Amino acid sequence: MKLQRNVLLYFVGLLTLLLSPLSFAYTDMPGGPAVRQLNFAAPVTKIMEDIHWLHWFMMIICTVIFVVVFGVMLYSIIKHRKSSGHKPASFHESTTVEIIWTIIPLLIVIGMALPATKTVVAMKDTTNADITIKAIGYQWKWGYEYIKGEGEGINFLSTLSTPREQINNLEEKSNTYLMEVDNEVVVPVNKKIRVITTADDVIHAWTVQGFGVKQDAIPGFVRDTWFKAEKIGTYRGQCSELCGKEHAFMPIVVKVVSDADYSTWVSAKKKELAALADDPSKTYTLEELKDRGAKVYAANCSVCHQPNGKGGGAFPALDGDKVVLGPKEGQYQILLKGKNAMPNWARLSDTELAAVMTFTRNSWSNKTGEVIQPSDFVNARAANK
Amino acid sequence: MTTITTAHDTHQGHDDHAHAMPHGWRRWLFATNHKDIGTMYLIFALVNLFAGGTMALLIRLELFQPGLQFLRPEFFNQLTTMHGLIMVFGAIMPAFVGFANLMIPLQIGASDMAFARMNNFSFWIMPVAGLLLFGSFLAPGGATAAGWTLYAPLSVQMGPGMDMTIFAIHLMGASSIMGSINIIVTILNMRAPGLSLMKMPMFCWTWLITAYLLIAVMPVLAGAITMVLTDRHFGTSFFAAAGGGDPVMYQHIFWFFGHPEVYIMILPAFGIVSEVIPTFARKKLFGYSSMVYATSSIAILSFIVWAHHMFSTGMPVTGQLFFMYATMLIAVPTGVKVFNWIATMWKGSLTFETPMLWAIGFIFVFTLGGFTGLICAMAPIDIGIQDTYYVVAHFHYVLVAGSLFAMFAGFYYWVPKWTGYMANETRGKIHFWSSMIFFNLTFFPMHFLGLAGMPRRYADYPVQFADFNAVASIGALGFGLSQLYFLLAVVLPTYRGGKKAEAQSWEGAEGLEWTIPSPAPFHTFETPPTIK
Repeated sequence: MKLQRNVLLYFVGLLTLLLSPLSFAYTDMPGGPAVRQLNFAAPVTKIMEDIHWLHWFMMIICTVIFVVVFGVMLYSIIKHRKSSGHKPASFHESTTVEIIWTIIPLLIVIGMALPATKTVVAMKDTTNADITIKAIGYQWKWGYEYIKGEGEGINFLSTLSTPREQINNLEEKSNTYLMEVDNEVVVPVNKKIRVITTADDVIHAWTVQGFGVKQDAIPGFVRDTWFKAEKIGTYRGQCSELCGKEHAFMPIVVKVVSDADYSTWVSAKKKELAALADDPSKTYTLEELKDRGAKVYAANCSVCHQPNGKGGGAFPALDGDKVVLGPKEGQYQILLKGKNAMPNWARLSDTELAAVMTFTRNSWSNKTGEVIQPSDFVNARAANK
Repeated sequence: MTTITTAHDTHQGHDDHAHAMPHGWRRWLFATNHKDIGTMYLIFALVNLFAGGTMALLIRLELFQPGLQFLRPEFFNQLTTMHGLIMVFGAIMPAFVGFANLMIPLQIGASDMAFARMNNFSFWIMPVAGLLLFGSFLAPGGATAAGWTLYAPLSVQMGPGMDMTIFAIHLMGASSIMGSINIIVTILNMRAPGLSLMKMPMFCWTWLITAYLLIAVMPVLAGAITMVLTDRHFGTSFFAAAGGGDPVMYQHIFWFFGHPEVYIMILPAFGIVSEVIPTFARKKLFGYSSMVYATSSIAILSFIVWAHHMFSTGMPVTGQLFFMYATMLIAVPTGVKVFNWIATMWKGSLTFETPMLWAIGFIFVFTLGGFTGLICAMAPIDIGIQDTYYVVAHFHYVLVAGSLFAMFAGFYYWVPKWTGYMANETRGKIHFWSSMIFFNLTFFPMHFLGLAGMPRRYADYPVQFADFNAVASIGALGFGLSQLYFLLAVVLPTYRGGKKAEAQSWEGAEGLEWTIPSPAPFHTFETPPTIK
């Protein structure tokens, strides 16, 4: 008895210790999950309102059935016990009863299916969109191209902006932890937005729960979905199809703004993209390339090769690596073509590739002093054709 | 093992020395006795339960708090993948085969399975496959991290661990197919005279139907993973658009296997519960023929619902609607079964020994899982919860609180027959209540996480999900410790001794297995009994 009591006390102590993290105060994420949220995200579209309604409809019916069925079972457990003297009856079949409890659930299920049908049909109707945006899933970020409607021509990559220090528990986590990006998708309120999804490598999935939207992004294929946001605000989602090691680190952020703000954003974004468009004939100094390269490295390479260049596990260290310190041709090839688990980075611009290659050759203990210009990559790509 | 002593007694009066009972390692390596083979399957399954369970605990350890504390994300995904594969193919399926081997011949009055040597081969493939599967962790790049569903093209990207997994699954599939052939032939051909199909115990019925499902779908899985193998190494493009293929085709082929697979994992559980409840209600199973028809309907329907796992892949409206309707339809025969069990209890004379606790617990928690399944079946709702923790909650409710709890019911129910000793009632109750409490603590919060949008297969999550994740991790620890308690305080002691069991170990038990001594002698029903 004493042993059992002591074991119980130790267990309670352990439980208290383990439960202590629950006292940390986190606040709700704006446009994302609330702390200890119990239900779906608040609806921003009619479709999501329908989904909310359907869910409550199902929950209520299931709860009623649950209470009735387990009420009967509980009654039986209490009243039909041998210990209180109840003797067993001998009935063991009844065709009437079987028919009744087949027909009634069938009718209930049909009743559930009717409202759901309406919503399914509505969710699939992507016609007459005001703006069409293509979402491309990459390992591990999203690319967006505005291909029709106001904003046509805008395209950018959208990468997780949560610093690795937060993920590695070296810094406090913000309340938009893991659901914040550098470039958000911006759309006008009350306009039908058609989202075309595809992917570059493996299957990803694009979703914003507040909109009631989720669509797989399948490499080599094009799928679509749509939403019409009725509230201004920022809304968030996370990649929803296992796509490799950074699956948890490629969120979706959509900012819904007024028509006027949208037009302002469109012109500002177009100017920004024009300025950023790298002219591959420009030449840069070592310092300029290292600076730019540091940013490219942080956004793309550090997840596998680590910020300190030391790699780990299957991912080689770049600090002191023979490809990085060897002939330039070797590193052009590995960046443009990939190797084994390393994807190819041909989608980066020549300037970005030149910058990151310069960065790796002049960082940590690598001190080659070499400068790679964007034109080197133009040539390398041409040589590969 | 206690069966040795009794078997020696029967052996004395045995003239035919061809039936001499083997001893030592040869007894097990060359086993053709259904009781020995069944026991080996159960031991194999238990080992895998703990291996898969350890992986689950590592997963929940990492997920205890937001941020990456212990595991790199690529290893985390190896764990989620292998946890699923080991539990499905290494724990649940072999355990049910173990129950089939142990009980079907006894329940139909047969001396053994129809193909005793093939039975041996079916079992011994499994440890080899298990070693391949588990050994894939040591391959360069580690085990496959593509999820237990192994979707292409991600699975095509994986390292050699994926190939080891493919071969392991091929082996296990072959084992299942051979086992199923054995079960079907045994049930159809070796029933005692007078034991018509409609008099057969429900456990045998559910296994008969499950065996047909296995034969139908295991080859389909083999096809899917072979195509992944050739895409990986032999230049095919089944699932690569650049070569004219389609990643979604993998999903269709996989889930055509996958959906019947989950019914394969639950039908024998239904069978066990249908044995336990009548015994402890002291009343025949209500609606026996309806139960047979309901089980058959579930099996047939299971072939036409597979794309409800694919509602977000972009199928046309007609597809979404058809699969939604067909899936919702399965709720009807499943409901019929639940009602029949409760009708069996109704006006019975109930006692609540451990097997009955597990069976009632099963009905309660499995039905909850059934409700969340119905909710997932609604395509619009599924768009919101596909690939979130809501799905994880749903399938753990039906697989753990369903299949595993039913297996515990079967263990406590039949262990007197296997060992000759009753399991300790108090300890059985401790095992039951702690499992129930910690199971719900672990998986109930996951419904909230899923509704709030937390995706599955995530090594890290937004901080707002922290509290429910912490509760789930604590529950998981408790649940794991409860199973360790089961092994150390129930299973091992019961094999060593305890209260002696009668031939009819439970007052209300009916069936041929209760007409032979406890423990069952090595050879039973060498002369078939006649059933009136």
